[in-house]
Amino acid sequence: MGQSSREIKRRIASITSTQQITKAMEMVAAAKLRKAQETVVSTRPYFDRLSNSLAIVLDAAEKSGETLPEIAQTRSGNRHCLLVFTSDRGLAGGYNSSMIRQAEAFLREHPDTDMVIVGRKARDHFRRRNQTFLAEFVHLGDDPTLAQAQDISRVIFDFYEHGLFDKVTILYTEFINTVTHQVVLRDVLPIVPEELPEDNLSTGPTPLYLFEPSVNAVLETLIPLYLQAAVYRSLVEAKASELGARMNAMRNATDNAGELIEELNLTYNRARQAQITKEIAEIVGGADALQS
Amino acid sequence: MSTFQFEVVTQERTVVLTEVEYVSLPGEDGKFGVLKGHVPMMAALSLGVIEFGPLQGKRRKIALGGGFMEMHDDRLVVMANTAELAEEIDVLRARQAKERAERRLSDRRSDLDFTRAQLALQKALVRLKVAELD
Repeated sequence: MGQSSREIKRRIASITSTQQITKAMEMVAAAKLRKAQETVVSTRPYFDRLSNSLAIVLDAAEKSGETLPEIAQTRSGNRHCLLVFTSDRGLAGGYNSSMIRQAEAFLREHPDTDMVIVGRKARDHFRRRNQTFLAEFVHLGDDPTLAQAQDISRVIFDFYEHGLFDKVTILYTEFINTVTHQVVLRDVLPIVPEELPEDNLSTGPTPLYLFEPSVNAVLETLIPLYLQAAVYRSLVEAKASELGARMNAMRNATDNAGELIEELNLTYNRARQAQITKEIAEIVGGADALQS
Repeated sequence: MSTFQFEVVTQERTVVLTEVEYVSLPGEDGKFGVLKGHVPMMAALSLGVIEFGPLQGKRRKIALGGGFMEMHDDRLVVMANTAELAEEIDVLRARQAKERAERRLSDRRSDLDFTRAQLALQKALVRLKVAELD
């Protein structure tokens, strides 16, 4: 045998302890995922309803004939802001790398882009490449809060208001189910009516609304609220996707470790058998030599 | 009883969902009330107090951190930036926030974010008002 049986035994022990760790990580991720999943489900209706109202207000504002408030107008420039959501911690399979790959593709396509980064993984990646970014939000924990979303959206909104860029795009991973996550690019500012989800809440024709104090004032309140809702939703979706990706990665790791252990056990037994056979042959040989 | 549905939601949760006769809301141009059968309406809401309940008698209060309301088909939905019912408010924290904001406003340093401090003070005042008048 190429490997001594003691060496094989040591490898089995080491892989077993790795397997215990990955198993534990899988279970931790699964437990956290359950909570994150509930949050995702409870966040979506708010966002849809807000988008729906926004579509109505925008439509009314355009029909009113007044000029839209500055914040709602489409700008002619071509400077982008990309908000990227990654995780703080790794060991989540391809979750972060696919996010970063998408971000880089976006940067190639739109060279005049400022980035706002959420999560340590993207920050470390772009810092290593000496890529600058406007702001970073790291160590947000496993339980995204509204306050965090408010901080992030306020920064972006302030920059946008001051004309630092003309378009804001969010790059995040949408949680579809435990194994399926989809990378999504969502244009949030300026508001594009076509980007808003279809009217699926009210039935029949939209009623004629009264706007207090004015259409534009309502629009000006709604836009920051919409941005905040979009950021919060992305935070929540990204977290659920991260946990789902980690759970799957860890489950695969556990399965692979199991296979490896099985194989090594076989090799170990074979080596042990060979050793015993060899010893018996030696003894028999020795006894034969004494007798003759 | 001429009641209608009243709902206050933030992104994190539904703060209240109930049937009411009357709601008073902090509009941008001042307080206004809504009764059953109001025409479809959307309004921008500022920082302030929401009162809801029976037409006459004791009403409940919510501290609102700005937002937006929509009324149609006798359903009033407030999409709030932040919202807390009177009984949920942490009075101690609100007091501390108020003191902190006042302190920051009184020692006028050049790097002070004046509008933010003022906003924080107003928020704390609204919370205290809602909590203590209950």
